[in-house]
Amino acid sequence: MIPELGEVALILALLLALVQCVLPLLGAWRNNAALMAVARPAAAGQFVFVAISFAVLTWAFMTQDFSVAYVAQNSNLSLPWYYRFSAVWGAHEGSLLLWILILNVWTVALAAFSGHLPPKFAARVLGVLGFVSVGFLLFTLFTSSPFGRLLPAPGNGMDLNPVLQDPGLIIHPPMLYMGYVGFSVAFAFAIAALLGGALDDDWVRWARPWTNFAWAFLTAGIVLGSWWSYAELGWGGWWFWDPVENASFMPWLIGTALIHAQAVTEKRGGLRAWTLLLSIFAFSLSLLGTFLVRSGVLTSVHAFASDPRRGVYILMFLGVVVGGSLLIYALRAPKVAGGKPFALLSRETLIVIGNLMLTAAAAMVLIGTLYPLVGDAFHLGRVSVGPPYFGSLFILLMAPVVLLIPFGPFARWGKADGTALWRVLLIAGAVALLGGILALLLGGDARAVLGTVAACYVGAGVVLYARKRWREAPAGRRYPAEMVGMLVAHAGVGVFLAGALLTTALSVERDVRLDPGQSQRIGAYDFRFDGVHEVRGPNWTAQQGRLTVLHDGAVVAVMHPQKRVYSGGQVQTKASVSAGVMRDLYVALGEPLGDHGAWALRLYDKPFVRWLWFGGVLMMLGGFITSGDRRFRARNARAMPVSGTATLAPRESAA
Amino acid sequence: MNRLLPLAGFLLLVTLFGYGLWWNAHHDVTAVPSPLIGKPAPAFDLPRLHHPALRVTKADLLGKPYLLNVFASWCFACGDEHPVLMAEVHELGLPLIGYDYKDKPADARAWLTARGDPYTLVVTDQSGDTAINFGVYGAPETFLIDADGIIRYKHIGPLTPGVIRDQLAPQLRKLGVQPAPGI
Repeated sequence: MIPELGEVALILALLLALVQCVLPLLGAWRNNAALMAVARPAAAGQFVFVAISFAVLTWAFMTQDFSVAYVAQNSNLSLPWYYRFSAVWGAHEGSLLLWILILNVWTVALAAFSGHLPPKFAARVLGVLGFVSVGFLLFTLFTSSPFGRLLPAPGNGMDLNPVLQDPGLIIHPPMLYMGYVGFSVAFAFAIAALLGGALDDDWVRWARPWTNFAWAFLTAGIVLGSWWSYAELGWGGWWFWDPVENASFMPWLIGTALIHAQAVTEKRGGLRAWTLLLSIFAFSLSLLGTFLVRSGVLTSVHAFASDPRRGVYILMFLGVVVGGSLLIYALRAPKVAGGKPFALLSRETLIVIGNLMLTAAAAMVLIGTLYPLVGDAFHLGRVSVGPPYFGSLFILLMAPVVLLIPFGPFARWGKADGTALWRVLLIAGAVALLGGILALLLGGDARAVLGTVAACYVGAGVVLYARKRWREAPAGRRYPAEMVGMLVAHAGVGVFLAGALLTTALSVERDVRLDPGQSQRIGAYDFRFDGVHEVRGPNWTAQQGRLTVLHDGAVVAVMHPQKRVYSGGQVQTKASVSAGVMRDLYVALGEPLGDHGAWALRLYDKPFVRWLWFGGVLMMLGGFITSGDRRFRARNARAMPVSGTATLAPRESAA
Repeated sequence: MNRLLPLAGFLLLVTLFGYGLWWNAHHDVTAVPSPLIGKPAPAFDLPRLHHPALRVTKADLLGKPYLLNVFASWCFACGDEHPVLMAEVHELGLPLIGYDYKDKPADARAWLTARGDPYTLVVTDQSGDTAINFGVYGAPETFLIDADGIIRYKHIGPLTPGVIRDQLAPQLRKLGVQPAPGI
């Protein structure tokens, strides 16, 4: 009986979503305040019913109701409660429900914090979000309901995919979806602006905190996913250019371009049409990711089980939402280039170059991801595109962006002072050179030197600008949130570059056979294999190895990698990681070899690998800090200072 | 016109996706067809793993069917496949040629010494150049090559008892090889 309540709640949510979509849009068109006023209560009501539906599914997992087919497929009597909780979004149907719940969280937040928006604009934004919600609720109800029954109910469930039985899964998807879905808010702002004629650029200022907030969550989700696949899955690497990773990375690249383009449009009125287009693209790529992951059109290591009907539905929905919004864009986007003029050497130019590079990178990832499909279409055979393509092109496209990062804050809007930029280049270049020489003396290879150079260069730019503000701006106005966010995020890029390049250059990886008591030297560390014994968990038994790691004869870590066999018979490797600021030691158990306790082991020494995630965390923090800037919450641009004066006024703020 | 370009690009994408969905609905998604099936195996001339002074060419192996198993000591999936090969090699009824792919010969010899050597003989392709002609893009992969040197069947990924029973054994029977009744 209770699971059916979940289904009914979803149907009621669908009806409210329809109301939230149709009536406010109609009201905004006909200038009817009563219709527009429906938006907020409808959004609140929809949230309540979606939350009920989600709670019902969670309850079914908690009470092990195996008569619900989705629970029977993804739970098991011996599954611990915390994984039963995260199993709610462990497969297609439930994760779709999570998608909808998070969309509703964003919508309700927007309904609550949009008091400063003109009523017509707020009604349109909520209406567009209602439309997106209708699409996903219909998708869930018609093709992917998690509440289908299985009668007679089986005595036990099939268990959650062991890959997903990990603390990482509890938070990775919600974070990622907060980002994906969050771009729907920027999208709704852009569509609302287009519907209203996009006559002024105030909408961009209102959209900026939401976009930065969503971008920060997406960053967090991607960082978590990278860390999870590295630390828990025994894959060892931190990025694989897998189609599903790419699906989250494309919106991130476009989102990065968008938060910068928004700054130009808000402060200088330029790039209007481009900002609108990027807002549409960012969310379109989120939808595209959903399509790629759930339709089975591409095969991937973590694609959901596919069903052709689902693919057709999402493709239709994608066609309506993206096709419709691009049509609105074609019809209503501002025809005249607006904004203040800018010189060739100006902050605008730098941001435009960065935007082009980021967009080109997203296009490059899209082409690489879809290439197997193109191969099919033109009978070129089944082909797939691997890391060599992505890696080399990505580095080429991002190198100019990294080069420009230190100059961005120093370049003034409109017209930059060339001599000031020369000074930055000289100082940052000198610091980078020193770093490079140091890396060379310490014996790094080309990539290690490059990583050190890039990190020093970006870091020097950040420090220089922070110092400039400290010396030149009046106390109390030195570091507005927007600028702190920018500096933190840019510093994050530097830290990420150091981590990514140094770990690629310096990692040592060995697959070895070790007898108990035998040692293997990896880098500066001796890994002593102490043997394997059996351990039991709630729903698995494991062969657990013990390795003692010594450095100059002193024990630095004792590691326990596992090879688990779950109750369903699936085998899962649990790598053991000894994490450190300067290096990670990493051990995965391979196969037993022979009868004398020897095992194949995979051993790694990974210097600086933490840095790349820490860099990601800094970028995330930058996004959150920026979205907290008080300036964004004002309704009227005229009431707020706008930067662009030639002097370094306190109001000049970050891009 | 300019403003219609994004829409036009998107419609192209949708067409491609529609085609992709249609294609998937009408084809076996997991099968990666090898353009080499039914074609002569590429010529090769490679040193033997255990006797590097001796070389093996395609011509040396003509005359009766054989299996060519691409493996490497660095390949974890090959470790999964290895016990299957050890258990089934004598049941198959034809020679199993090991093809050590992009591997250090010393590592490969240690790997086979530790785990047992199921192969009739092993050739090494340290550079991986010849493997390109075979269309190898990972290890393990297994080719069935007939007496005339024609590739009859290819399997990508580890051979499992199920794959051997359901896919490989019928191909073997077509070539007149009689695998043991258990297979």
